[in-house]
Amino acid sequence: MCLAVPGRVLERRERDGLRFAQVDFGGIRKEICLETAPEARPGDWVLVHVGFALRVLDEAAAREVFLALGVTQGAP
Amino acid sequence: MRFVDEYRDPAAVAALASQIQREATRRWTLMEVCGGQTHAILAHGLDAMLEESVELLHGPGCPVCVTPVEILDRALVLAALPDVTLCSFGDMLRVPGSRGDLFGARARGGDVRVVYSPLDAVRLASANPSRRIVFLAVGFETTVPAVAAAVCFARAQRLSNFFLLVAHVRVPPALEVILSAPDNRVAAFLAAGHVCTIMGTGEYQPLAARHGVPMVVTGFEPLDVLEGVLFAVRQLERGEARVQIQYTRAVRPEGNPPARALVEEVFEPADRAWRGIGVVPDGGLALRDAYRAFDATRAFPGLAAISAEEPAACRAGDVLRGVLRPPECAEFGRGCTPDRPLGAPMVSSEGACAAYFRYRPAELLESSA
Repeated sequence: MCLAVPGRVLERRERDGLRFAQVDFGGIRKEICLETAPEARPGDWVLVHVGFALRVLDEAAAREVFLALGVTQGAP
Repeated sequence: MRFVDEYRDPAAVAALASQIQREATRRWTLMEVCGGQTHAILAHGLDAMLEESVELLHGPGCPVCVTPVEILDRALVLAALPDVTLCSFGDMLRVPGSRGDLFGARARGGDVRVVYSPLDAVRLASANPSRRIVFLAVGFETTVPAVAAAVCFARAQRLSNFFLLVAHVRVPPALEVILSAPDNRVAAFLAAGHVCTIMGTGEYQPLAARHGVPMVVTGFEPLDVLEGVLFAVRQLERGEARVQIQYTRAVRPEGNPPARALVEEVFEPADRAWRGIGVVPDGGLALRDAYRAFDATRAFPGLAAISAEEPAACRAGDVLRGVLRPPECAEFGRGCTPDRPLGAPMVSSEGACAAYFRYRPAELLESSA
């Protein structure tokens, strides 16, 4: 139920007075509400749950585990 | 970086698993709170990898699973009304109530629909002014901001035909119940990552301190779960009991302030019955008075009076508290399968019983031998 999927913000737009963005999920695009992550900008990765962005993913933090392990996976 | 595949790398998984084995001087008992973590553990065989150093108990973190039968019975009553469209997330529709499930209600002519987002339910209300649209709102703190935003959206449009049947639950009070039980064996928790993405870690500090239990906020991929276990084992070995964040790419101590503000605006904590666990003080959420026009239990007289007994053969409560492993249940794989479930943990995509049925067919054979 708490499943959330990462996707990349393409462009922002307003609809019905709410903030939305087109978000790309590996080729599939959906309109996602940004009311819960208004800071998201095009190019950001957001974590999406039931049509809402839970937050912008922290790319530097995302690499910490690989640095700690001394492996190259996750390198840019 | 794609934020998924990298965290399934077999070499990194093996390196972390052996690190845990090196650092654990005894076998520790941990509980992963979230059903998404349970599925990752079973799908990737992480429990077997850690067998000697860690016992993983599966927690109550499946909101579909903990929704009591009486809420489903209320939804079934609403679905049978000719002017009502009942909608919810897909998992809810197959959960058995006292007399069938919501898919059955649809087969009998009820207008029951699956929606992807709570905003879709508001749009249904807006497009169908002659019908009453009821959204069966399930979910932990992760899901509540979306539902709160939908309620605000409905109010901004002055809709009078949109209602919530609220079944939202809050995680920390349930952990308090588990930790306070006399038969509790949990030495540390892997707390639910996405719940804390929204709520942050503030509610977990007092739990960790009062019960002397490490709480590691953990993600959902194999590397996340293993790193969460490693952090928990390190704390246990050192005699610490802190809140620590493993899932740093998605969780900050303060959570998500705009999302929390939406929740705070629309909902307030309320006592709530959890399936198999009983009434948990402040274990759920209710609409604030300012939003009571959207409350289905007020809009449909008699709804709140519907109560139901949990099915006696289903031991969901013991499974949800981590006291019973699903294959140890007498009905597992016999009287209870994903096609004919006795209880929600066999239905939900995050239920512990469904996870064992799907990923551990060998245990099914052993348990029937």
